[in-house]
Parts: sequence; C-alpha cells; structure tokens
Amino acid sequence: MTGSFDADRPIYQQLAHRFRERIVTGYWQPGERMASVRELALEYGVNPNTVQRALAELEREGLAIAERTSGRFITEDEQLLRTTKRQLAEEATREWAGRLRALGLDQAEGARLATAVWTDGHGQTKENNA
Amino acid sequence: MSMDDIIVRTAKLTKNYRGRPALNELDLELRNGRIIGLVGPNGSGKTTLLKILAGVLADYSGTAEVLGLRPGLETKAQVSYMPDCSYLEDRMTPNDALDLFADFYTDFDRRRAYEMLLAFRLEPTQRLRDMSKGMREKVQITLVMNRAARLYLLDEPISGVDPASRQLILDSILRSYSSESCLVISTHLIHDIEPALDEVVFLDRGRVRLAGNAEDLRAESGGSIDQLFRSLFQSEAAGLRELGATAERPGFISRR
Repeated sequence: MTGSFDADRPIYQQLAHRFRERIVTGYWQPGERMASVRELALEYGVNPNTVQRALAELEREGLAIAERTSGRFITEDEQLLRTTKRQLAEEATREWAGRLRALGLDQAEGARLATAVWTDGHGQTKENNA
Repeated sequence: MSMDDIIVRTAKLTKNYRGRPALNELDLELRNGRIIGLVGPNGSGKTTLLKILAGVLADYSGTAEVLGLRPGLETKAQVSYMPDCSYLEDRMTPNDALDLFADFYTDFDRRRAYEMLLAFRLEPTQRLRDMSKGMREKVQITLVMNRAARLYLLDEPISGVDPASRQLILDSILRSYSSESCLVISTHLIHDIEPALDEVVFLDRGRVRLAGNAEDLRAESGGSIDQLFRSLFQSEAAGLRELGATAERPGFISRR
C-alpha cells in the first residue's frame, strides 16, 4: 500500500493527484502503458472502482488515453505535461504560502526560508517514492 | 463492469432470538462488482444477517434471496462464507483443509490457496490446534478467498490478526475481487478497510441506519467513514452517560 489517505477528501481525488504527480515527474513515462486497474488497486490498497474513477479524471484531463483494446497509456503531449506540472507546483506553493501566512510570516521571510530549506535538501518530497 | 445484477435481496427480513429481534424488517439490496462494508455496534445484527445469507440459519421471517433464490443448498455452491468462529477441526492441518475445500467446491483454486498460505507464513503441515487465533483466521481467509464465488461473506475477518497480516488479507480481497461478484465484509475495524470499500451499510438494532457509496458518504459528512460511524453511534454513548448521571443523583442526595 502506498501511503494513507486524508479523511476529509474523496479518495479518488487524492488518488488522481498522486497519479498526476507520477506522470509529471516521469515516474510514469510519456507513452508508457499504465498498469491495470487491479494492479493499481493492489498497489494503493484501494477499491478497484475508486481507481477507475481516478483514471476517468486523468482521461478527462487528457493525461491518460484509453485505447479500446490495448489498454491505457500516458500522454505524450509535452505541452500538457508542462502545464499540469506547473499547476501542481502552484497548488503546492499556494498551500505552503497559506501556512506560512497563518504562522505570521511575510513574503520576504517566506522566500528566505524557502531558499534555506531548498539548499538543505529538505525541500524534496517523499510523495513519489513508491 | 457490464451488467448490474442483484446478488442479495432482503425484504422485511426478521429474526428473533428468544423474543428479542436481531433483525427487524431489514430491507437490503446488494449488487455485483462491489465490496461492501457491513458495520454497526455489537448486537446490531451483522452476524445474523450473514448467517441467513450463507444458508446456515433458516428460521427467519420475511424474504432473503441470494441470486434470486432462497439461501440453501443451491446457493451455497455460489457463496463463500467465513463465519465468525472456526468450523475446522482442531486436528486438521492447513493442507487437510485445502484438500477438504478442493473436494467440496469445484470453484476452489488449491494452488493459489497454497501460495497464499506461504505468503501468510503458515506451516502447511502444522495442526490447527497448535496455532494461534490469528493464524487460524488466516487459514480460514485463505480458504474462502480462493473460491470463485458470486457472493463472499466475511464475518470479522481481520479482528484477530496483526496489522501486517491485515494488509495481506486486504490484498487478497482486492485480488479476488471481480466485477461479477459481491463481497460483504463485516467489521468494527472500519478504519483499516475503508479505502477498499465501495459501499457501506450501517446496521443498527437489526435495521439499516444508513447506506451508500463510501466516497459519497465521505463527501457528504466531510470526514471518514470511521468518523461517521462514531458520530452516528455517539448519541447512544451520550445517552448511556446521561443514564449514569441520573442514576448517581439519588446517592448524591442521600449523602447530604
């Protein structure tokens, strides 16, 4: 099982988010054939229908492409991959900025802290370690 | 997921134990392609319902149907049932149990079951009487999950096992899942199985208190199913505390 899920958001949305991260980081390569619903369900320890729902999101966004007979593939649309990555990064930054603001830090302090933590190597996420 | 079949249907299903209702006019419909969590406090009727669906408890009133038939010999061939206590003889070994199931059920995959025994780190030739409660539960789950049934009924399958093995059991459930079958799992350890569920049925005093798609219930309540369970049945706990408070009052007065 890969990580646990937050109680306050539907699991399929959280799953779709993790799938997006895997795609934009190249953990799943452009053009690669995706694992089956059952395999993903096992890997994440979730219901197969939940996986199906998360994959439907990705298909709607064009990140995954279902082909009638041969399975589901990761998009090779580099423009889409870039914009998606940018969106994920913005989301994360907004979340981070919100927390710092709640702690009473201003923008300059936040930026300084970001630089310091970044060079420490503590800024790496562990999200994508399967 | 092609067709939606009704696997289980009950209507006004009622079962009394010495005049006390265990099931009280229960109406329920369960379809294929779903993993369903049957939850509720002790005595809410979970075990009784599973026993009736499994065809081991017959003196009830109202309607119970499995694949359109009254639970009995015919449905048993399509129902894989794990009761809340062991029915295997103490002197048996897991190997014996596998042989028994292979003889009894044509849909039993003995090879896959054997592999699962090994994954659980069970000794195929050890006698069940020399095993712990958790080990025996693993033998049972191995037996029921390696049949290709239309309906799986698991009564508290994870209560006695360690967390690592719970994961293995969940794995085996997800592995055996098929869009043709329906899997009902009764438990009070909702937290551990929540991500694996499609639907949740909350039983309370022999009736359905609340039922629905797990994701929808989470979205509506803004929390986990586990939290929803606590909030649903918290009022009862609060009621008990109140009862205790009023009971104490006379003593308090007499002390004055």
